[in-house]
Amino acid sequence: MNTGKTMRIRIDHDRCRGAGQCALNAPELFDQSEDDGTVVLLDDEPPPELHDSARLAAALCPNAVISIVEDS
Amino acid sequence: MCATQSATAPLPTRRSCPFDPPPEYERLREQEPVSPLAFPDGKVGWLLTRHEDVRALLADERFSSDRLRASLPVRAFRGRPEDFGPRSGMLLTMDPPEHTRYRRMLTRYFTVRRMRALAPRIEQVVADHLDAMERGGPPVDLVSAFARPIPSLVICELLGVPYTDRDRFQGWTSTLLRIELEEDEALAARDALHGYMRDLVAAKRAHPDDALLSNLIARDDGEDPEVDLTDEELSGIGRLLLVAGHETTANMLALGTYTLLSHPGQLRALREHPEGIERAVEELLRYLTIVQFGIVRVAREDVEIGGRSIRAGETVLASLAAANRDPEHFADPEELDLDREPSQHVAFGHGFHQCLGQQLARVEMEIAFPALLRRFPTLRLAVPPEQVPMRDDMFIYGVHALPLTWDRPSDQGS
Ligand code: HEM
Ligand code: SF4
Repeated sequence: MNTGKTMRIRIDHDRCRGAGQCALNAPELFDQSEDDGTVVLLDDEPPPELHDSARLAAALCPNAVISIVEDS
Repeated sequence: MCATQSATAPLPTRRSCPFDPPPEYERLREQEPVSPLAFPDGKVGWLLTRHEDVRALLADERFSSDRLRASLPVRAFRGRPEDFGPRSGMLLTMDPPEHTRYRRMLTRYFTVRRMRALAPRIEQVVADHLDAMERGGPPVDLVSAFARPIPSLVICELLGVPYTDRDRFQGWTSTLLRIELEEDEALAARDALHGYMRDLVAAKRAHPDDALLSNLIARDDGEDPEVDLTDEELSGIGRLLLVAGHETTANMLALGTYTLLSHPGQLRALREHPEGIERAVEELLRYLTIVQFGIVRVAREDVEIGGRSIRAGETVLASLAAANRDPEHFADPEELDLDREPSQHVAFGHGFHQCLGQQLARVEMEIAFPALLRRFPTLRLAVPPEQVPMRDDMFIYGVHALPLTWDRPSDQGS
């Protein structure tokens, strides 16, 4: 059954220090800039199969850069 | 509560098992998670042992990383002001905005993508060292034959430091990491490393290559002060990266191997499922927490943590080792579980200073451990465990040496 859950990802870019936990744990959703290593968001409305890795990236980011809004 | 009566004690450092932090942490975490701590310089500060408190501290901008104002956990003297000043390049000891400037300048060289691109070269370096071990035959000291040279060679190539100079800088850096150290001895090693790095920077200005130091110099256009770096700054950056780059992964590789050999069931499972290496590496980082005495911060203002008032100017020590064994956060924290779900371990720290080199360390470990296990299916200790010399006396934990042996094909038949 499709629960119709949507997820949105927001980035507080100023706080990013390029630790790379996001690009490591959710490479489909996050990359790091060639210029200064900070986060590049690839998809701000990830499909359900990527929700877990989005949550993991948010939990592991050391600087609370990634926030996740979920509504059902 | 009786806890408030307790006399202020120094940091517990006595381990009862080589893989576990001092047992005293457990009592503190339960009874007095924010406890007064007597530092070697005579000052009194605080020790944090809970995962939640440690993460909160390291993410709290009311605390400074300035090591000149902080007390150190196991040594009385600090260093020279010019080493940690605002334009010294030592980002480890800086706060925003100085810290941010250097960090943004450097992270591009340590991204997940860049570090993965190094994998073929790291595989080559690992294979070369395994070949040499195999040729020489057992017994072998894993530290000098494998664990130390591999990360050392990799960081040298990344920075543009000649690996042929390794005997010099490895001597200075291991001196600087000793706990028992006279101040003049420390300053001599520090000055030697400083002079070495300044000469190297001058050489790179004259004859650039395509490694990190030259690359930083090349971005310097004499116009944008954000990216222009003095020789002093370049030397500071170079020293920090050189020390951090080879003393850390080296100790994880040797201590990690010793840990695996001491947990035969888990080792067997990892040999059968080498694809589990990513989780295994995270678990080894958590379980071993080689930054064994934790990291310090100084309160810039009066702050309350866990019901205790920290006053401006006081040092707070975040015990990464205690936080990584907190049962409130990790199920069965005392168990090594190489298949543990990804968790917020703090072996690389937390907050703005979270390890810059973590993606490099991960790639190195994810290549080196499986290659070592594959090459030597019968790898084992060559001495009784109690004869393995542990690095209780160094800022970065590990083993001083790890004598290993294995069965050679010729040992088995005919
Ligand atoms: C397994 C290996 C490693 C461990 C356990 C480790 C641990 C840590 C920790 C705990 C910190 C935070 C210090 C603080 O907040 O005060 C840190 C920072 C740092 N590490 Fe590592 N590290 C490792 C490998 C490396 C490597 C290979 C490099 C090489 C480039 C490196 C470079 C740095 C630098 C430059 C910083 C300072 C970052 C900043 O202040 O923003 N580390 N590391
Ligand atoms: S994990 Fe957080 S700090 Fe690190 S690169 Fe990603 S967003 Fe930035």
